[in-house]
Amino acid sequence: MLSPDERREIDAELANYEFREAAGIEALKVVQRHRGWVTDEALADLEPVLGLSAAELDAVATFYDKIYRKPVGRHVIFVCSSISCWVMGYENVRDYLLDRLGILLGQTTADNRFTVLPTACLGACDLAPVMLVDDDLHCNLTPPEVDAILARYE
Amino acid sequence: METPLTKNIRPGELPLDLAGYEKAGGYQGLRKALALSPTEVQEAVKQANLRGRGGAGFPTGVKWSVVPMGDGAPRPKYLIANVDEMEPGTFKDRYLVEGNPHQLLEGMIIAAYAIQAEISYVFLRWAYKLAYQRLEKAIGEAYAAGYLGQNILGSGFHLRMHLHTSAGRYICGEESALLNSLEGKRATPRSRPPFPQVSGLWGKPTIVNNTETLCNVPHILANGAEWYKGLSKTNDGGTKLYGVSGKVKRPGLWELPMGTTIREIFEDHAGGMREGLTCRGLIPGGASTDFLLPDQFDVQMDFDTVQKAGSRLGTGTIVVLDDQTCPVGFVLNLQQFFALESCGWCTPCREGLPWVAKLLSALEQGSGSEGDIAILKEQTSGLWLGKTFCALAPGAMEPLQSALKFFGDDFTRHVREQRCPWRS
Repeated sequence: MLSPDERREIDAELANYEFREAAGIEALKVVQRHRGWVTDEALADLEPVLGLSAAELDAVATFYDKIYRKPVGRHVIFVCSSISCWVMGYENVRDYLLDRLGILLGQTTADNRFTVLPTACLGACDLAPVMLVDDDLHCNLTPPEVDAILARYE
Repeated sequence: METPLTKNIRPGELPLDLAGYEKAGGYQGLRKALALSPTEVQEAVKQANLRGRGGAGFPTGVKWSVVPMGDGAPRPKYLIANVDEMEPGTFKDRYLVEGNPHQLLEGMIIAAYAIQAEISYVFLRWAYKLAYQRLEKAIGEAYAAGYLGQNILGSGFHLRMHLHTSAGRYICGEESALLNSLEGKRATPRSRPPFPQVSGLWGKPTIVNNTETLCNVPHILANGAEWYKGLSKTNDGGTKLYGVSGKVKRPGLWELPMGTTIREIFEDHAGGMREGLTCRGLIPGGASTDFLLPDQFDVQMDFDTVQKAGSRLGTGTIVVLDDQTCPVGFVLNLQQFFALESCGWCTPCREGLPWVAKLLSALEQGSGSEGDIAILKEQTSGLWLGKTFCALAPGAMEPLQSALKFFGDDFTRHVREQRCPWRS
């Protein structure tokens, strides 16, 4: 069942669109914000609100890479893998980061603290290489700075 | 030299609030626009020769003029700002919306008035978190001051504005895919015709304009088409945000007259290559543009001139290839991006791009053959315009085809030596 907070936030989104199905992506983001990821149960909870079947919602959810259909850690790290960051040596930073966390790209640490995912260009190419941790953009990355950044997220 | 788009942006500081924006001359363009008829506003933008800054370069005023007008026009009509910036190597729209959100809003309100739209959306990229906060605040201020909502500045014109954030995927920047995404669907492109101007969001007339395009509009209305054309060194009106990234001395972004040469951008502004490096080429406007070579640096960066030189202006943000970076690896990174971001709707793109990426990866890993290079060449025509549903795969082929042409020896060297010569 949707929580009162989820329901209120989804209702606010519904007011922005002419048709309720259009709020589907926003509704998926709302439940993801509250539950960490989009469970099968969440899809079922959204059916009556949006007038879409869980299968239809899943088709939308699986198209967009920022909708998680699998659990993620408390903090999600997006390492930019696009061309400017590649030229500036992002592969070293990525490998160092994964090594420190002891995981592969796409995985979550055993203590559920971090998930590392790839992402296309973050639009800060003059400050490459860059990564996004939750809502924070970190630029001009080097391996020592990666350590300092990780320490800020518990 | 005038820099209308960026003159009120102070990097590292908060953007101007509404009062500050008004004090700097903000919303004067809107006031002038509301004193004109909608078609007169369209005409002013046509006269200014503003061309779409998202990469295609279509004349903005002409795009607007296709929207059905008058009492018989379908309602509601929509105006959408495309702030889904995700072309690799491109970082100009982020700068504009973070630095001066009211400038975008003013451009949107004028554009909506010109086509008589009653609903507008800002389609913002998920990753632009700071831009979200600043736009949300600016929209609130604009409503409170009567620049949005009912009877704007007593003109009888009404406009609602919503801020929508995406959930990822490059293809959302393609305007018809953006419309599907805004309708809550998978973001696959739509067939054209019908064009969005006639049948767009929920089948209603819709204009989708790029962020930088819309940011130009207030200045055209405030200062006139002649002034705007005078900013440029060529026939395309206005200034342009040019950027440079890669191993140059000063990567960055600069607002310069449209038609500034590559040499001036690369040498005077970006400072040329870092010590010990030589430039081998560059892509002038994002991941989906053909390489240009150092002997083409006198090319003026406007739509027609770059096209004549064999590439496209695209987003106007340059990525530089240096001599210590492998051109095959460079192109592999681009193709991996496109393969991952293919929406999967049409078979050539869905299947062809991963194939291309796989062949390039084999070359990089030392297991490529001459036959692989021949297949890559074939793909540059097999995935070309007319053979795919939208322009994503043909865009991917642009840097590949020019890399094969200009850096062919580097490709064959990977085969001959069965390794990447740039990796130890």
